[in-house]
Amino acid sequence: MTKQQANWSPYDNNGGSCVAIAGADYCVIAADTRMSTGYSILTREYSKICKLADKSVMASSGFQADVKALQKHLAARHLIYQHQHNKQMSCPAMAQLLSNTLYYKRFFPYYAFNVLGGLDSEGKGCVYTYDAVGSYERVGYSAQGSGSTLIMPFLDNQLKSPSPLLLPAQDAVTPLSELEAVDLVKTVFASATERDIYTGDKLEIVILNADGIRHEYMELRKD
Amino acid sequence: MFRNQYDTDVTTWSPAGRLFQVEYAMEAVKQGSAAIGLRSRAHVVLACVNKANSELSSHQKKIFKVDDHIGLAIAGLTADGRVLSRYMRSECINYSFTYESPLPVGRLVVQLADKAQVCTQRSWKRPYGVGLLVAGLDESGAHLYYNCPSGNYFEYQAFAIGSRSQAAKTYLERRFENFTDSSREDLIKDALIAVRETLQGETLKSSICTIAVVGIGEAFHTLDQETVQQLIDAFEIVAEPEAPAAEPDAAAEQGEGADQGAAADQGVAPMDI
Repeated sequence: MTKQQANWSPYDNNGGSCVAIAGADYCVIAADTRMSTGYSILTREYSKICKLADKSVMASSGFQADVKALQKHLAARHLIYQHQHNKQMSCPAMAQLLSNTLYYKRFFPYYAFNVLGGLDSEGKGCVYTYDAVGSYERVGYSAQGSGSTLIMPFLDNQLKSPSPLLLPAQDAVTPLSELEAVDLVKTVFASATERDIYTGDKLEIVILNADGIRHEYMELRKD
Repeated sequence: MFRNQYDTDVTTWSPAGRLFQVEYAMEAVKQGSAAIGLRSRAHVVLACVNKANSELSSHQKKIFKVDDHIGLAIAGLTADGRVLSRYMRSECINYSFTYESPLPVGRLVVQLADKAQVCTQRSWKRPYGVGLLVAGLDESGAHLYYNCPSGNYFEYQAFAIGSRSQAAKTYLERRFENFTDSSREDLIKDALIAVRETLQGETLKSSICTIAVVGIGEAFHTLDQETVQQLIDAFEIVAEPEAPAAEPDAAAEQGEGADQGAAADQGVAPMDI
């Protein structure tokens, strides 16, 4: 008598990689634009990045239907916040909201691997990295998604930020300049694209700083 | 005012076929400070008079943003107005979430009216004591609606509610035929003049008046105090209730003459009670 197996899964993995790097007064959030299923490509131009608030940008890889639902949910909650408080949510506040939203579905999770980037209340860059059920941590940089295992060690090598457990507390943000950080992101994606079949096509980069928000694009290998 | 045996609860009809509790709720609207709305083809303007309890307190918020394309002004029990605007915001967010498009204004006011009607047919509830001027934009154009505690709602080209609103209505009745083709600036000017009508001689300044605008390509927002004061000064609207049509044009050209003009007006104003 073998155990009954499900004949379908509510989840799918659409692949892709996301990265975010925090600087002294900027934050870079990037993701590739390839959406796949199994060994097929669904589209080469799908954005995994969503602006949740003036100073909070989220990039999510995983099951894009769940990602879309999560983005809509957070956008609606942000609107309620604005009505009640007459201002935009800060990035740390949005970080907590995202965590709570994910844990709310602890027993039927959003299949979304998120990285939230933005500027904190002091204007310094901040990056928060999550698992699928809302466990999160503020870090100086992070990568999620199918290429994360290729990207993260390289970022560790280039940016190694001090442990958040150290006393006295040391700054997590990278000393790199904004241009250097954007360049690093482009290098990192070009490398990940070489070996990860789910990463490629085009790179979308969002840069948040005191002047506002900026987009950059770069072509990646399409094979 | 009425004081009879049929006004104790809302579920009792009078022999004349009236629900007195609902009518009393509408009286509450007339006690609140004035709120005025006007619409043109592409814009809707809401204006209201801010009344503070004392000089020490801040004035009550009477204009609420419901969504980028809808806002409202209230007169009457502010707390009821706040609760209803929270309901309306929630409805807009839920509709947007499901249909990824803005809630049409006509649908929202019907939902609001039905919500008000419920309170006229339950013995354990009371009618909402607030009148709402709902201003909004949707695919069918610019709209201004008035929702009343009875559960009725009407669409208007221009309307005024609250205390001394009759003065504003009289002014609006004279001018409303021109509103459809008005520019945004002229519409705001008419709103300010209508507000001044309700003040009956009191000087119109930005501290006692709030203006909000929604239009095609313009999300609902309240104008800040400086802008309102500049508009009041530019349109030469101070105390003179019978401002002839020629005067505002002349005043707009000679900005420096504003002080002179104002002084002359105050000397002439007949309505100082």
